[in-house]
Amino acid sequence: MMIDPIAVFVLLLGAATPILFAALGELVVERAGVLNLGVEGMMIGGALAGFAAANATGSPAAGFVAAALAGAALSMIFALLTQFLLSNQVATGLALTLFGLGLTAMFGKPYEGVKAPPMMAGPLGLNLMIWLGLLMVPLVWWFLMRSRAGLVLRAVGENHDAAHGLGYPVRAVRIGAIAFGGAMAGLGGAYISIATVLQWTEGMTAGAGWIALAIVVFAQWNPWGALAGAWLFGGVTVLQLRLQAAGVAVPVQLLSMAPYLATIIVLVLISARQKFGRSGGGAAPGSLGRPFHALR
Amino acid sequence: MFRLEPRASAPLLWQVATPIMAVIATMIVGGLLFAALGFDPVASIRTIFWDPLFGPAASYSRPQLLVKAGPLILIAAGLSLGFRAGIWNIGAEGQYIIGGICGAAVALAAYPLEAFWIFPAMILAGALGGCAWGLIPAMLRNWFGASEILVSLMLVYVAQRIAAWMAFGPLKNPEGFNFPGSRNLQQYPAASNPELIANTGLHWGVIAAVLALAVTWFVMSRHMLGFHIRTAGAAPRAARFAGVRPERLVALCLGVSGALAGFAGLFEAAGPAGQITENFGSGYGFTAIIVAFLGRLHPLGILLAGLLLALTYIGGELAQMMLQLPAATVQVFQGMLLFFLLGFDLLTRYRIRRRA
Amino acid sequence: MKRRTLLGSAAALMAASTLPSFAQDEKLKIGFIYVGPVGDGGWTYQHDLARKAVEAEYGDKVETTFIESVPEGADAERALTQLALAGNKLIFATSFGFMDATVNVAKKFPDIKFEHATGYKRADNLATYDARFYEGRAVIGTIAGRMTKSNKIGYIGSFPIPEVVQGINSAYIHAKKVNPDVEMKVVWVYSWFDPAKEADAAAALIAEGVDVFMQHTDSTAPLAKAQEAGALGFGQASDMAAFAPSPRISSIVDNWAPYYIKRVGQVLDGSWQSQGVWLGIGDGEVVIGEITEAVPAEVKAEAEALKAQIASGEHHPFTGPLKKQDGSDWLAEGQKATDEELSGMNFYVEGITAPMPK
Repeated sequence: MMIDPIAVFVLLLGAATPILFAALGELVVERAGVLNLGVEGMMIGGALAGFAAANATGSPAAGFVAAALAGAALSMIFALLTQFLLSNQVATGLALTLFGLGLTAMFGKPYEGVKAPPMMAGPLGLNLMIWLGLLMVPLVWWFLMRSRAGLVLRAVGENHDAAHGLGYPVRAVRIGAIAFGGAMAGLGGAYISIATVLQWTEGMTAGAGWIALAIVVFAQWNPWGALAGAWLFGGVTVLQLRLQAAGVAVPVQLLSMAPYLATIIVLVLISARQKFGRSGGGAAPGSLGRPFHALR
Repeated sequence: MFRLEPRASAPLLWQVATPIMAVIATMIVGGLLFAALGFDPVASIRTIFWDPLFGPAASYSRPQLLVKAGPLILIAAGLSLGFRAGIWNIGAEGQYIIGGICGAAVALAAYPLEAFWIFPAMILAGALGGCAWGLIPAMLRNWFGASEILVSLMLVYVAQRIAAWMAFGPLKNPEGFNFPGSRNLQQYPAASNPELIANTGLHWGVIAAVLALAVTWFVMSRHMLGFHIRTAGAAPRAARFAGVRPERLVALCLGVSGALAGFAGLFEAAGPAGQITENFGSGYGFTAIIVAFLGRLHPLGILLAGLLLALTYIGGELAQMMLQLPAATVQVFQGMLLFFLLGFDLLTRYRIRRRA
Repeated sequence: MKRRTLLGSAAALMAASTLPSFAQDEKLKIGFIYVGPVGDGGWTYQHDLARKAVEAEYGDKVETTFIESVPEGADAERALTQLALAGNKLIFATSFGFMDATVNVAKKFPDIKFEHATGYKRADNLATYDARFYEGRAVIGTIAGRMTKSNKIGYIGSFPIPEVVQGINSAYIHAKKVNPDVEMKVVWVYSWFDPAKEADAAAALIAEGVDVFMQHTDSTAPLAKAQEAGALGFGQASDMAAFAPSPRISSIVDNWAPYYIKRVGQVLDGSWQSQGVWLGIGDGEVVIGEITEAVPAEVKAEAEALKAQIASGEHHPFTGPLKKQDGSDWLAEGQKATDEELSGMNFYVEGITAPMPK
C-alpha cells in the first residue's frame, strides 16, 4: 500500500489551483476591507464564460481571459451596490452568489454536453495555469507588502476613515480590489470547467467559492497562508480519495470536516493572540465588512 | 455631482416603497431576461408571481406558500434580533441542520413508542441543539474575539458533514435496504408534524413562525432588550453607557437565533421533509438571511418577505411545469430581488443632494 | 396520519377539474419529475430521452411535462401534487429519494397512476421499476478484465447502497473470470454528480495504477481524466459517445424508453396495473453501448456473447460458487442470488480487498 508522494502532490496541485486563485483574489479584497461573499457566483460565472470562449475559439487561453473578464464584470455589480449605494456587504455578496449560480444555469444550457479543447501542458507536465497560480502567490505578496499601492490598500482596509483623512482614494482602491478579486475568482472557476472537468454543467463549482472564503481566514490574510490553505483543503479531498483507492478505510465525512475545523481553530488562535495583547500580523483587517461613507 | 447625506431616521414612506420598487424592478428585468432567452416575458412573470396566488390550482399552492415560508420566517425572526445589533449570524443553516438532527434523534431513540411527551421533547431537543450550535460562535467571539461571521459560516460546513454522517451511520433507517437516510418521521405519529388543518399547509412550524414574529415584535418595540439591541446596532460605544453588556447580548442573540433555526429544522424534519438525509440542509438558513434583509429586520416586513420569497420558489416550480422555464430561474430572481432591494435601500438611509 | 379530509378535498378538486382519462380525443397528459437537470448528461438526461421517445411514439395522443432539479422531501411532494392538479394522469418520479413523497401523493390522488424509479413501496396506483444495472456491469467488467494491462481495475462509486455494491461485485466477478490476477480498487465520491470530485477520484485511481475504470456517477469528468492520462473508461447512464473510441470503450446506457412506452400504452388501453419490475438487458432497459475498435475483436466477441447469455437468461451474473469478502459462504455451485439478497446487498464478494464503508 505504497502511496507515491510525488503523484499525490501533483494531484493536489490540480485540486488546489482553482481555490488558490479565488482565495488570493478574495484575500486582496478583504485586505482592502471588503467582505465579498459572492466568490461562488463569480467563480461559476468565470467557469461558464471561460468554457464558452474556449469552445468558440478553440483556445483555452482565450477562455481564461474571458473568464477573468466575466468574474470582474460580476464583481462590479457588487462594487456598485456596496461602494456607491452603500449596501450591506454580507447580503450583497450572498445575492451575487445566488444570482451567479442562477444566471449561469440559465445561459449555460446550450453548452451542456459539449467538450472543451485540451489544456496546454507546461513545464514538468503541469499545465500553465497551475504555474500561474503558484506564481501569483509571491506576486500578490510582493504587491501587498512591498509596493506602495499595496500599502495604501492595506491602510484602507485597516482604517478607512484614517485612510480617507490621509487623502487616499478609498472607494477607488476598493473597487480595484473587488475587480481583481472577481477576475481571480473567474480564473479559478474556469480552471474547473476547462482543465479539471473539461465540460460545463450548472453548479459545477460545487461550493469551491465558500472554501476559498475559508482559506482566506485560514491564511490569516497572507498569500503564503493561502497557498498552504489551498493545499490543505485541496489535499484533504485528494488524499482521502487516494487512500480509498489504496484500500484504506477512511471515515470520509469526518475527514472532510477537518479543514473547516482547522480553520475555526486557526481563527480562534489568531483572534486570541490579537485580543490578549500579543500583536503581530494575522488579524482581520480592521475595517473588514464595514461600509465606508465619507462625510466630507 | 451627487452627495449622500445620512438621514437621522428612515422615513416610513421609503421603508415601504423600496421593497415594492425592488419587486417591480425585478419583474421588469426578469421579464427582459426571459425575453432574451426566448420565453414570453408576460406569461413568465404572471406564472411566477400571480398564478400561485390566484391561478387555477391556487387553492393548493396558496397553503404551500405557508409551508415554504414557515421555516424562512422562523429563522429570519431570530436572525433579525442579532442583525439589528450588528451581530451577524451567517450560520443559521448549520443551526437548522443540527436542530433537525437533535430532534430527529430523540424521535428515533424513542421509536416505536407512542407517547404524548415525544413531540415536545423533540422540539426541546431541536431548540437546544440549534442554540448550542449558535453559541459556539458566540463564545468564541466573547472569549477570543473571533469573528462570528466566519466561525458560524465554517460551522455550516461542519454541520452538513455531520448530517451526511448521520444519514449514513447512526441515524440510518435499519429497514431501509441500506439506503442513506433516517426513518421517515411522517409515518411515526407521535413524532410527526402534520398539517393541523387539512389543506392549509399549517403545521406547528408555521405556528411557531407566527409566534416568533409576535415575540420579536414585542421584544424589539416594548422590551428593554429591544432597546439594547437597537442601541448596540446604532452606536456600540454609546450602548455600553446604556447598560448593554455586549458579551451577554452576543450570546443571547446567537443563542436565540440558533434556537429558532433549530426549531425550524426540527419542524421540517418531522414535517414536510420527513427524514434526515445527507442534504437535509436545503438552504433555508441562507435564504432566511435574504428574508431578514428584504423584511428590513422588522417582523411585519419579515412576514411579507418570507411569503414573497416562498412565492418565487413555488412560482418558479410552476413556471418550470407550465412554460419549461429552467429551474435556475428562481435563484436568478431571488438574487435580483435582493440586489434591487439593497440598491434602493440607499434611499431610506441617505438623502441625495446635489453637490453645491 | 389522518388524510381523509385531505383525500376528500382532493377528490373534490379532481372532480371539478378533470375529464375521463380514456376519452379518445383527449390527450393523455404525462408528468415527470427529475432529481437533476436534463442537461446532466447522465441519469436525468436518459429519463428525458425516454420521455421524448414516448412523445415520438404516441404523437398527438400524449402531452408530456417535466419539472427538473426537484429536491427530495416537501418540494418533491409539491411538484408531484402540482403535476397531478394540472391534469397529468401518469406521473413518473425518477429518483429513489422521491419515494415517500410519491407514496403520499399517490394516496391523495387514487385516480392518477404513479411510477417510481428504483423504489420499493407500492400501492394500487403506484408501481415501481428498476433496472438490473449489474447485468451491464458484468459485460463491461469482462471487457475491463481483458483490457487492463496493469491488472488493476477501478470503480468510482457514488453511495454505498445496494445498487452500487451490486455493480462493483458483478464487475469484479466477471473481470476475474477472464483475468484471475485482476484487482479491484474502489473510491467513493458520496455524490451522484460532482464533476470535480469525480475527476479527482479518477485521478486517484489512475495514480494507484488503475488503467481501466468504471463509474457509478453521472458526469463525464472521469472520462476526461482518463483521456488525459491514457486510461480507459466506460460511459455511465448515457453513452458519453463524445469520448469514443477511446477512452470510452463501451458504456452502460439506461434505456428507459421501452418501459415508458409500454406503460403509457397500457394506460391508453386501460390495462395498466401496479407492479414492481426489475428489468435488465433482455428487456432492453440496460443497453451496452457500442464497443469501439479500441477493443480487440475477440474481446468484443466475448463481451457480446456474454451479453446474449444474460439477455436470454442463460447466465445470471451472480451464480455460485461465490463467497463473501470475509470468507463466509454465500452461493453454492450453480446457485443464483435471489432478488431479495441483491436488493439488500451490503457486502463485497471474496477477492475484493477494498474495505466496505460503514
